[in-house]
Amino acid sequence: MFKNIRKNRYPNIGENQVTDQALYEKRRHFIKTGLQAGLGISLSSYLPILAMASAQGLSERIGSAKNTRHLEPNDELNTEEQITHYNNFYELGTGKEDPYRNADALITDPWSVSIEGECENPGEYAIEDILKPHDLEERIYRLRCVEAWSMVVPWIGFPLTELVKHFKPTSKAKYIAFETIYDKESPLPGQNRRSIEWPYREGLRMDEALNPLSFMAVGLYGKVMPNQNGAPLRLVVPWKYGFKSIKSIVKIRFQEDQPPTSWNMTNAREYGFYSNVNPEVSHPRWSQAKERRVGELFKRDTLMFNGYADEVASMYSGMDLGQNY
Amino acid sequence: MKSPGNQKIRQLIKPALHISLFFPAVYLVYGFFAGTIGINPIETITHVTGQWGLRILLLSLAITPLARITRSGWLIQLRRLVGLYCFFYAVLHFSIYLVFDLSLDFGFLVEDILERPYITVGFLTFVILTLLAITSPIRIRQRMAHTMITWNRLHQMVYAAGILSIVHFLWITRVDDTEPLIYALILALLLGYRIRTAYQKTHRRQPNSTALYQ
Repeated sequence: MFKNIRKNRYPNIGENQVTDQALYEKRRHFIKTGLQAGLGISLSSYLPILAMASAQGLSERIGSAKNTRHLEPNDELNTEEQITHYNNFYELGTGKEDPYRNADALITDPWSVSIEGECENPGEYAIEDILKPHDLEERIYRLRCVEAWSMVVPWIGFPLTELVKHFKPTSKAKYIAFETIYDKESPLPGQNRRSIEWPYREGLRMDEALNPLSFMAVGLYGKVMPNQNGAPLRLVVPWKYGFKSIKSIVKIRFQEDQPPTSWNMTNAREYGFYSNVNPEVSHPRWSQAKERRVGELFKRDTLMFNGYADEVASMYSGMDLGQNY
Repeated sequence: MKSPGNQKIRQLIKPALHISLFFPAVYLVYGFFAGTIGINPIETITHVTGQWGLRILLLSLAITPLARITRSGWLIQLRRLVGLYCFFYAVLHFSIYLVFDLSLDFGFLVEDILERPYITVGFLTFVILTLLAITSPIRIRQRMAHTMITWNRLHQMVYAAGILSIVHFLWITRVDDTEPLIYALILALLLGYRIRTAYQKTHRRQPNSTALYQ
């Protein structure tokens, strides 16, 4: 009976998925060709030329990013609607649709990122200058939330390694810490309540940051990153629970000590610094053995390191993952 | 408040109550197929059936105090119907978890019940509500009048079900526990009222006893 429902009735899988991907291809084509040709004339009357040039430059670069990491056999891309209407981004509200509804509250232009700590090139950088040196690519990654749901997302961005190299960390830099936007004078809608202590903080060990999988994303589905997904710059570490992939980054700090991280500060027993996806280590309150892929009815088995064990497991050899959760 | 009369209760008030209490289920089934209940509909259905089960449980508990305060004994006739709707949503809530979260893997169910406190209390709630639903028909109630555990005693366990289901809600909440705390406050008020009246009954022995409303 349920098999039947799954095949024929459920709105989010099956034929619809095909349409979505076709649409996706079409959009990418449109962005590549259409924008290059027509945007200069049609929009110049609305926007200052400089701002337009940079916005056009970025969306053009995002649109022409080459895919370097394909969809894997047991995965299907989640639709753009699923990815942009179901988010955990407490700065914009704790409900899953709140970030979509409150997306306009996040102002991403102008945006700057402060690079601090143990590196040779610290300073306050405009987002344009952060992005300029890097080639953009598209990577399809699984995203596994600690709440036991998951998605497959076509991110666009560049390897975190490239960014790290650019600012030349010193030998003292053992960790990298990130912070999300927080302005006490004009907090985002969700920051009026202290659901967690603002600003949101995350961090990685330096070898994790330098792992080729670690990614800085600036777009998805061939488009500039929607605000609710963490515009203009967010981290993506696909072998860790989603909350490690910090959104809307304004500060990156190289440091010798392990940085405090938000969910660990909120509840250390439930959320560790590492937070690697691990079906064998339960959250104290719920099992992590299974997950519901958004768009599917039944839960599927969660994979060790979210299926990226070959590429990341060696970083944790010898560590007790039950202790270092 | 004067009784509207048996005919009105049967032909008007009860049907209206059926429609209102059944509505959340209709909304969910419609929303599932129309795609209007969010990106993760199974999650929505799980949450919403749980919420309505708890809300209707509190509603069923509010009937007796309301009947006493407004001197409307006829309201008691609605209590069983409301209680059974609470059980209806509990069955939906539990079945969805069993089918879609656990894929009917009963080994996993046992593990969940033993190892995850929020599931343990949720399951206990379900067991209690099942007992109450099974013993809800009038005939069984009459038969239980002279057994060791009287029907009234057994059905006082609905308060335990209320407490456990709120604990279940609180223990699965990640950040915002406003909603379960509101339910906890309502339950505390209802329970407080019952304790007070029970106390008055044993200590004052009022001539106009409220035995009717037990």
